[in-house]
Amino acid sequence: MTSDLGTRPAPAATPEESLRIVPARHPATWVAAAVVAVLVAMAGHALVTNKAFDWPTFSRFVFQKSILEAVALTLELTLFGVVAGFLLGTILALMRISRNPLLRAVSWTYTWIFRSVPLILQLLFWYNLAILYNEISFGVPFGPSFVSVGTMSLIPPFLAAGLGLALHQGAYAAEIVRAGFLSVDAGQREAAAALGIPAGRQFRRIVLPQAMRTIVPTAANEIIGLLKATSQVYVMALPELFYQVQVIYTRSGRVIPLLLVATFWYLALTTVLSVGQFYVERYYARGALRTLPPTPLQRLRSVWRRA
Amino acid sequence: MSADFMVDVRGVHKSFGALTVLDGVDLQVRHGEVTVLLGPSGSGKSTLLRLINHLERADRGFISVGGELMGYRRAGDRLHELKEREILEQRTRIGFVFQSFNLFGHLTVLENVVEAPISAQRRPRAEAEVRARELLTRVGLEDKASEYPRRLSGGQQQRVAIARALALEPDVLLFDEPTSALDPELVGEVLAVLRDLAKSGTTMVVVTHELGFAREVADTVVFLDAGRVVEQGSPEAVLDHPQHARTRAFVEKVL
Repeated sequence: MTSDLGTRPAPAATPEESLRIVPARHPATWVAAAVVAVLVAMAGHALVTNKAFDWPTFSRFVFQKSILEAVALTLELTLFGVVAGFLLGTILALMRISRNPLLRAVSWTYTWIFRSVPLILQLLFWYNLAILYNEISFGVPFGPSFVSVGTMSLIPPFLAAGLGLALHQGAYAAEIVRAGFLSVDAGQREAAAALGIPAGRQFRRIVLPQAMRTIVPTAANEIIGLLKATSQVYVMALPELFYQVQVIYTRSGRVIPLLLVATFWYLALTTVLSVGQFYVERYYARGALRTLPPTPLQRLRSVWRRA
Repeated sequence: MSADFMVDVRGVHKSFGALTVLDGVDLQVRHGEVTVLLGPSGSGKSTLLRLINHLERADRGFISVGGELMGYRRAGDRLHELKEREILEQRTRIGFVFQSFNLFGHLTVLENVVEAPISAQRRPRAEAEVRARELLTRVGLEDKASEYPRRLSGGQQQRVAIARALALEPDVLLFDEPTSALDPELVGEVLAVLRDLAKSGTTMVVVTHELGFAREVADTVVFLDAGRVVEQGSPEAVLDHPQHARTRAFVEKVL
């Protein structure tokens, strides 16, 4: 049998090879696509032709200085909330998995309180902190104080808003970071311990980068959520995007175009964040996938080359 | 504690909850010797290995490696428990190879091997990399230095794990069933590395079910059952002329 294999002549072309292949047709798919295309065209038409959208007003305001400044403030608040929130969240997550029962309990309680109270309520508390404590002193606990500062001057509105967002975000971030730690195989930590790698380095070099694969998608959700949550800061009369838009439309009465201005900017910022998420995820996928997925740019280039 | 033995285990007990895993184990390994631990699953072999490098803490009894008590410091008639940092420092003198490799998946092969010498022993990166490449050559993987572990076969991953353990230049190497997670055709390449290490005079403690390997390489074979050492001696004595009925039953079943 096996000796036959070597001498067997190349198989003759099968009769099917000379025939033309007709791809299967999917008429229902075409009908559905046509219906959707008409609906999309109608929506686009309505957006352009309905005078109530008032596009001229939209374009007058969308890049106006006061709006751009408001966008910048929204971005600053988001950045502060994310950085401080995830720092706090990481500390809370480490406390939660520590051996010390007091640390565990404090972390759990913090998460419980800050997840339970609506953000807008928390922001109002921070805004009114001066009523609760009109000075803040630094000194020996329960003992004499060295410096006292009026709460109003210590916590300017931006810091109050940023802290409010960060403290709220920290509670959520804690759970996200903890989920990330749990997703890393215990063998990784054990191998690092067996090699004598110092504890801090075990965390930063071995566990955290692998946890990031689980953390990033959920964290990106949270960051986008926080970007939009900054709009609630309007209760503190801080001129972020949503507040600024309201100021302008109460003055001019052009509500819809200004709401569109805000929509445009939230969309734009979220787009940038989503693109960033793709590349961050790709970075942390090193070694976890056999081959990394191509970036949109690489995909475009390969299509170009094929054409 | 005598410094005559590279590994000296005295009267070690270990329980997990109500389950007694080790019930008074003594084990001595001389410098340059290869000791193979045999026994049915659940007999405590892996736990004993993990106790030696203090990944687990013994409930009773003491273990010293290279004449140094693991996990404690003696001051007069008192034993002080060591801090995590000091235990990590002790572990750099013991190489540990896991059944499931536990390579760091997000680091390349070379980064896996140089990580501990750089961060635990504070060696310069350039020096660590030269040494790592030598070790990768020794295990036959010099061309895989910049690959990620997931792109390697199981046998190749385990050889990287051995190179990683060797990078610390440990006094003793511990192997926890190093070939049990491998396809049969890949077992040979890993055992070849172990054989080579044994020949060069590395002190090793190996948990394995490969009786052929034990017969060929081991100086001492130790048979454990239900948390006790049932029998120990030369491979011929334990494998060919077992004194104890339990050893005999085990050897017959595995062969």
